[in-house]
Amino acid sequence: MKETLRTLVESFGPSGHESEIMDLIEDMIKEYVDDTYCDSIGNLIAVKKGTSGGKRIMFAAHADEIGVVVTHIDDNGFLRFASVGGLSPFTLPGNRVRFADGTIGVIGREKGDFKDITLDKLFIDIGVADKDEAAAAVQVGDFGIMHQECIDLGRRMTAKSMDDRIGCVVLIETIKKVQDTPHDLFFVFTAQEEVGIRGARTSAFAIEPDLGIAIDVTLTGDTPEAPRMEVSLGSGAAIKIKDSSLITHPKVKALMTRLAEAGDIAYQYEVLERGGTDAGAIHLSRTGVPSGTISIPCRYVHSVSEMVDKNDVQACIDLVAAICGDDLKELQ
Amino acid sequence: MLLAQLTDACGGPGHEEQVRNLLRPEVTPLADEIRTDAMGNLIAVRKGPKGNPHVMLAAHMDEVCLMVTSIEKNGMLRFRPVGGIDPRVLVAKSVAVGSKQIAGVIGAKPIHQQQASERERPMPVDQLYIDLGCTSRDDAGRLVNIGDYAYFTTKYEQLNGQLSKGKAFDDRAGCSMLLDLLRRDHNVAISAAFTVQEEVGLRGAATAAYDIQPDLAVALEATAAADTPGAPDHKHATTLGGGPCLTFMDRSVIPNPKLVRRLQTLAQQHGIPFQMRRNTAGGTDAGSISLSRTGVPSAVLALPCRYIHSPVSLLSRADYHHAVELMSAFLHSLAESEVDSL
Repeated sequence: MKETLRTLVESFGPSGHESEIMDLIEDMIKEYVDDTYCDSIGNLIAVKKGTSGGKRIMFAAHADEIGVVVTHIDDNGFLRFASVGGLSPFTLPGNRVRFADGTIGVIGREKGDFKDITLDKLFIDIGVADKDEAAAAVQVGDFGIMHQECIDLGRRMTAKSMDDRIGCVVLIETIKKVQDTPHDLFFVFTAQEEVGIRGARTSAFAIEPDLGIAIDVTLTGDTPEAPRMEVSLGSGAAIKIKDSSLITHPKVKALMTRLAEAGDIAYQYEVLERGGTDAGAIHLSRTGVPSGTISIPCRYVHSVSEMVDKNDVQACIDLVAAICGDDLKELQ
Repeated sequence: MLLAQLTDACGGPGHEEQVRNLLRPEVTPLADEIRTDAMGNLIAVRKGPKGNPHVMLAAHMDEVCLMVTSIEKNGMLRFRPVGGIDPRVLVAKSVAVGSKQIAGVIGAKPIHQQQASERERPMPVDQLYIDLGCTSRDDAGRLVNIGDYAYFTTKYEQLNGQLSKGKAFDDRAGCSMLLDLLRRDHNVAISAAFTVQEEVGLRGAATAAYDIQPDLAVALEATAAADTPGAPDHKHATTLGGGPCLTFMDRSVIPNPKLVRRLQTLAQQHGIPFQMRRNTAGGTDAGSISLSRTGVPSAVLALPCRYIHSPVSLLSRADYHHAVELMSAFLHSLAESEVDSL
């Protein structure tokens, strides 16, 4: 799991430009599933056929990550940029950015009070002397990601893009683990979640699932003077009750709770006041899909050092695998 | 010229009939099929050879405008913007209200009566009103109704022979380009969607795309040019006269990278100037088309337009010409492509 995570979090996949990360994931899973394919928006879909008479279950973890896109190159070769997904300007100065071809830059800022920082007062310095030298490496419209290595802290791990590469890891490990099941399983590594839950929408339309489960990170309330939130690192898989995009279907909540109890899987309930996941799009697809989200508790979300607990990740894998093998009596 | 008629016509979101009525007779002889759907989208279908991609081209008929929300005892109309309008551009403008195009002006407290503090910030919309010259609620109520749209009255003109001036190039310029493209033969299946309600949330394009089920789509748009005095270079979203604009990302869509590359390559091959749209604000019909059903690879081609979403905007005739040429080259290239190659 650790090496899979390291490979995924250190690879390149800002929203809309996920082909590198999708290729990596496809190589990791194709021997374990019946079929894999990419659709037009860039989702990677892995299908594991059921034995017979089961449901169609769609699991979604988004493979895209937040990043930057170059909007201007000035005469001295400095790059101006816009955010791709929710980047806080306060976390950026001094951080490193990497473009698809490996070009690295450092984020600097204009003079002024730190509290007045906005994205348009920041720039990227790729170490060149002028515009021509910069334009040889980077074009307006090029997408970049934050550059940061993955660190194993023992009990926990920290990296950029845990959101939602750790969800991808949960799906990959589940795919490796799951045995024969009556259900048709669709593991979707979605594109463009961070810019508006887009890939899940088109893939859910194509798949027409009976049950939708998103796997994504959630915030915690367990750090000093944290905003109040009853989720903490190390307390197990978080079964989402609601966020801004979804109210978990009561039957899906009951299903996940029963399986966690029966399998002795550590779990906690999660109420997220702001934020959404792929399940927000899946549950509104066509005539509606009973859906829920299993969340991996994560500190420092949308920074370059997001942190998760290995036991929580294992609990999420166990819970997703339990759903795959269950008779889903709540949905009958 | 049709662009002049189109931009002078009035068509607020949900009330695009004037524009549709101008377009329909122009489009009918050019189309194999033509229909208006339940939302009001005008959809013209040009058949093409099987096996080649079916492309949807979208341009929206609606424009930003104002809506009358109440009539005061003294006959003055209160209003709200429909679509994004900067309240600072409103004071003292002429408007035409309702289906009868009743003349009015937007009034506000005169500078002599403003407190010093009021002069320091723009007048908010709720302190503005439309003055029809009526003296009572009954008087005004005979001319207009709550819910009526009010439109800017700017008429089409040419400036210095190079630029066009009009009130609604966003997106009548797109409608006009789409019509010009239909006048040429590209030997490829085209569904031309003149869409409704773009300015209030990309609505018409969503139902049109669901109906059309295209293999790919391009939204033809007008976009803000910020190449004006005082704006630093890195805040020039686009430059008037710099050629049509290609979008790498906006609020509604990240265009399909292969389509964007194809358009860039075609522009270079044909010596057509183009520019990247250098910010990520705003949304277009491509946003809802790209998410239709199982997804549609989509791109945006936009004309740079100064003072967009105001009573008067400017566009460059040269940019218009280059945009039509680039799209035409693109359609020709599709005629030589397999669907799967996209």
